Amino acid sequence: MSTRLRYAYYPGCSGLGTSKEYDTSTRAVCQALGMELVDIPDWSCCGSSPAHTVDHRLSSALAGRNLALAEMLEDVRAIITPCPSCLTNLKTAAVRIRKPEFAAEVNRLLDKPVRNTLPVKSVLQAIIEDVGVDAVRPKVFKWLTGLKLAPYYGCIMNRPPEIMEFDDHENPVAMDQLMEAVGAEPVAFPLKVECCGASYGVARRDIVQTLSGKLLDMAALNGADAMVTACPLCQMNLDLRQDQINSANKTSHNMPVFYFTQLLGLALGIGEKDLGLSKLCVSPKALLDSLEARAERKAG
Amino acid sequence: MNVISLTASRDLDFIARVEKESGQKVSLCYQCGNCTAGCPYTFVYDIPVHQVMRLLQAGQKQTLLSCRSIWLCATCQSCTTRCPNNIDVAHVMDTLRHMARREGQDTEYGVKSFVDSFLESVEKNGRAFEMGLLVSFIMKTGRFWTDVDLAPKILPKGKLSPLPHKVKNPAAIAKIFERFRQEGHK
Repeated sequence: MSTRLRYAYYPGCSGLGTSKEYDTSTRAVCQALGMELVDIPDWSCCGSSPAHTVDHRLSSALAGRNLALAEMLEDVRAIITPCPSCLTNLKTAAVRIRKPEFAAEVNRLLDKPVRNTLPVKSVLQAIIEDVGVDAVRPKVFKWLTGLKLAPYYGCIMNRPPEIMEFDDHENPVAMDQLMEAVGAEPVAFPLKVECCGASYGVARRDIVQTLSGKLLDMAALNGADAMVTACPLCQMNLDLRQDQINSANKTSHNMPVFYFTQLLGLALGIGEKDLGLSKLCVSPKALLDSLEARAERKAG
Repeated sequence: MNVISLTASRDLDFIARVEKESGQKVSLCYQCGNCTAGCPYTFVYDIPVHQVMRLLQAGQKQTLLSCRSIWLCATCQSCTTRCPNNIDVAHVMDTLRHMARREGQDTEYGVKSFVDSFLESVEKNGRAFEMGLLVSFIMKTGRFWTDVDLAPKILPKGKLSPLPHKVKNPAAIAKIFERFRQEGHK
């Protein structure tokens, strides 16, 4: 394995659209932390949830095409992706392809067979394991003192543990640790791994309103100023659909929902263009403006 | 209480097929209820997941392939992670959905239409095209007001592209779908 922090990067489809700011802030944070990202050439969709609900060979072939393309890159230590849905598809395909019989069926669908030579990790995992929380602290440009956050990991970042092999599957702490390292204050959040309603927002909005509604209620109840996520779908359900949730549940949440890379980037001094804070639907402006005053009060 | 006549409706071939396709041993489930306890979707299910497992042991093919639960499982992996007998319950749910699809059942037409729109978008562009799949979903379901209230929120953010971000060689991805269909998986 290479000693350089050079990775095959899989941005995922939503990174080109509804989670643009997750992609740009991820790239900027990785650069600031000395991680070199090489985009997988002509990467395609991993199949997401729709593919595995139709057939597991189709799903593994769509994910597998990208594994095979990444294997052609030189001197990369792992494939990394910011999106937990892409992550679970790539990892599940890689694990299932270990069975020769299944691999043969998948490879029949592909132009180029998967060799399964590279580990697959989330960007979060790569930052925690390869860079380390201790290496982040000295790079802080602006401490996020006084910012109370509900760290929300979503359902599939760490589950099932036999496949995801990272952090704790009931009480993950990686984002908590990173947020603490830059001075923010994670609050207790017992719904860390509960499902937000996934991709049912379009077909069954009632489901997202109930499940994401519970998450917002719990974050507010535990005193969070904002939520911090690592998943484009969770972020979209909680942020873009927050008004729908409020009207369905008769609540009045006004809770900013950040990507962890946006907050990490803010602390590392990365500029607005890459962070894309203005792309969030619930504006975090008032909250962030109040941070300096809070920091002063705390110091005084 | 529903009473099932096992002499009349127990489909042993169905049980064997689910076990083969999912790679899970269905008889290992002893109905502890841990899967249902952790399932965030029980509130919209017509059959809670531990009962799906029990009905499966009883070979109740038609009841299972026509239920709503198998379409509403989001594969959040709570059941699989917490099963004391290491049954990949989410895989069983997926397998039942595959079978229902192959047999032309679509109890949750909206969910099936979303999945179809998504995969059509991937087959055509190589990547999911968010705006396109929403339009396709609306056309399939006739739900013209789907998320129209979100448009003024998201459009000014420049996050929803009106055009797909195609891969350089979309034919390579279309070929995966084509070969998949040719193999006629059962």
